[in-house]
Amino acid sequence: MEVMVILVPLALGLGLVGLSAFLWSLKTGQYDDLEGAAWRAIADDEPAPENEPTERTT
Amino acid sequence: MQATTRDFSHYVKDVGAGLAHIDLAVEGVNCAGCMSKIERGLSAMPDVTLARVNLTDRRVALEWKQGALNPANFIDRLAELGYKAYPFETANAEAAENEQSRFLLRCLGVATFATMNVMMLSVPVWSGNVSDMLSEQRDFFHWLSALIALPAVAYAGQPFFRSAYRALRTGNVNMDVPITIGVLLALGMSLVETVNHAEHTYFDAAIMLLTFLLVGRYLDQSMRRRTRAVAGNLAALKAETATKFVGNGEIATVPVAAIDPGDIVLLRPGERSAVDGTVIEGRSEIDQSLITGETTYATAESGTAVYAGSLNISGTLRVRVSAASEGTLLSEITRLLDNALQARSRYIRLADRASRLYAPVVHVTALVTVLGWVLMGASWHDAIITGVAVLIITCPCALGLAIPTVQTVASGAMFKAGVLLNSGDAIERLADVDHVIFDKTGTLTLPDLEVVNAADIPEFVLGLAGQLALSSHHPAAGAVARASGAMTPLMGATEEPGQGVRGQVGGIEVRLGRSSFCGAEQLAAEHASVDPDASLVAFSFGEVKQVFLVRQALRPDACAIISELKQRNIAVEILSGDREPAVQAAARSLGVEEWRAGVTPADKITRIEELKRSGFKVMMVGDGLNDAPSLAAAHVSMSPIASAHLSQATADLVFLGKPLAPVVAAIDFARKALHLMRQNLWLAVGYNILAVPIAISGVVTPLIAAAAMSGSSMLVMLNALRARQISKGGPAWK
Repeated sequence: MEVMVILVPLALGLGLVGLSAFLWSLKTGQYDDLEGAAWRAIADDEPAPENEPTERTT
Repeated sequence: MQATTRDFSHYVKDVGAGLAHIDLAVEGVNCAGCMSKIERGLSAMPDVTLARVNLTDRRVALEWKQGALNPANFIDRLAELGYKAYPFETANAEAAENEQSRFLLRCLGVATFATMNVMMLSVPVWSGNVSDMLSEQRDFFHWLSALIALPAVAYAGQPFFRSAYRALRTGNVNMDVPITIGVLLALGMSLVETVNHAEHTYFDAAIMLLTFLLVGRYLDQSMRRRTRAVAGNLAALKAETATKFVGNGEIATVPVAAIDPGDIVLLRPGERSAVDGTVIEGRSEIDQSLITGETTYATAESGTAVYAGSLNISGTLRVRVSAASEGTLLSEITRLLDNALQARSRYIRLADRASRLYAPVVHVTALVTVLGWVLMGASWHDAIITGVAVLIITCPCALGLAIPTVQTVASGAMFKAGVLLNSGDAIERLADVDHVIFDKTGTLTLPDLEVVNAADIPEFVLGLAGQLALSSHHPAAGAVARASGAMTPLMGATEEPGQGVRGQVGGIEVRLGRSSFCGAEQLAAEHASVDPDASLVAFSFGEVKQVFLVRQALRPDACAIISELKQRNIAVEILSGDREPAVQAAARSLGVEEWRAGVTPADKITRIEELKRSGFKVMMVGDGLNDAPSLAAAHVSMSPIASAHLSQATADLVFLGKPLAPVVAAIDFARKALHLMRQNLWLAVGYNILAVPIAISGVVTPLIAAAAMSGSSMLVMLNALRARQISKGGPAWK
């Protein structure tokens, strides 16, 4: 059962990484246009590279 | 007319690093193809650093090097690409909704994370309890669960705690009160049990409950957010601008948002005023039908008050902008509106009615359970544990989802049928409607004029008149031009303000305008006696005289929709501020027996109150500024999208497009939705009837609680999906 000392913090740590990834993606506006994002994934070519994939919100 | 500059600087934001930012609402972006076409087209412009389309909200965000470009360039570029665009300013209400929905999504993220991790710790405890788990290990897992659940609930529970606190402070009970009590008691008890090395804790149930409820909240919120985004775009694309005097007789076209009281604006013939103000120079006729419902023109001269929405007919006016509430007509409407809005807030939503019944029953049941166990000789500790278990198992998981999920699905379906919802509870109120009152001008009729007797007019007369009409801004001339289908204006035609247009064809003079201007008084009088409510436009070509009868046409499907309403046992009535003959003609052709003409805003409210007292649930459908108070006074209200701002803001629902069909579609969807909401509430009650005896008997384990809660929530959500379809022989409004 000593293995729990590693496994439990590891599991929680992974969960926290997931949560912070979610909060980060929310903060950078990646949920603002779900419909558009769905189409962008299959678009043939990306427009000019200097267009960062983040959107400034107003 | 001198060339004007378009000044959009009001919408441009400085985002630092020498970059400027603007948001444009774009019409017609609805596929991935449009998205990349626009983005590529705009990025190709020099100095543009960001061009990103938001396909959900149909908007483009643009950034460019400050000073390098004029925002008008983007609009022109988009027009070249085939899209109509206009700068967009996020309304305060929309910004608040956006912030709220982001907050809910953050809460949902936190709650979901906590649920999954607490569940991961709970499952070993459940399986360990029936096998060989040591009590130290169990305590360790319980403490870990507490460590995750307590902060998570403190954060993710905020929307519920706040709303419950607000309700309690005003002496009310809403659904969030039992939720808050249930969650807090479950956590408190679990903590005490953890300290006491007990077998069962309910951290998982408490946090899972919040997760499910947050899903419901978020769906509810995103439904409203979408409506606001669409409504915001439509408002922006209307592109309300005014021509403002800047300095020495120079003029510039500026967005209405950039106009201040005291500014002087120019109102040309054929333009709709975007501001309230007083005429300081010029003489003209104005069409105030959007404000008063009256379709005959009023005279405007120096000193006349002009309201936003008035259409200038013949002469050019200079108007000094006043503060919105100065006008006597407006302040009267505002006063009526305030009264009506106060009266409206008395409506209690179905969800709140349910929770008013539900909260006391649940709390009494829990209390009786505690007392009952004590009387039967159980210890206080065990009795209280059982009591809290009753609260957890009855916690309104399904009840909290029952209504928002149906509302979300139904509003999505209404959206497809061309109806936008302003308020979530409008669906329930709409479902009860048994009496519909229509305004005539702009609601039953289309805002544009139409030539009624086009079929009786010789082809060459119609064509010539149409060419001549293209040179005029007069709305009646517009109707003649549309009827003829003319594309090229007559060369050398000149307009005589207040009279008409004249030109020359083969040395013979052609005229279009007033009957006196064309020397056709006699012919006009004949027509007027036959059809007294139509407006007349006369035409003369040498000795050839002709009179066009012009009036606002009924919406194409108005007749069918009125009979559809009657089929649903809904009484129909017309209340209009217009003259009697005009209203009578419309009522007769639609087969509406009940109508009144020349009605003031106060009269409309009196009539609505009278109907309400006799037990009718009244829906008001109207568009004018004069309808705003009665829209608020009615049980539920609806406006076409082309209506005055105030009406649109007051109405519960807004419908798009020319047909009247969305009115019936909305009622059908609302009825189906209300039916499903009730059904969902009964499902939730049924679940409680099954689960509560188990809880009272004290045999509920956390596993049973978790299974019951998620099971009932799924059931309710799946049932809500049925709100997408209207049954009963298919939708007749299609």
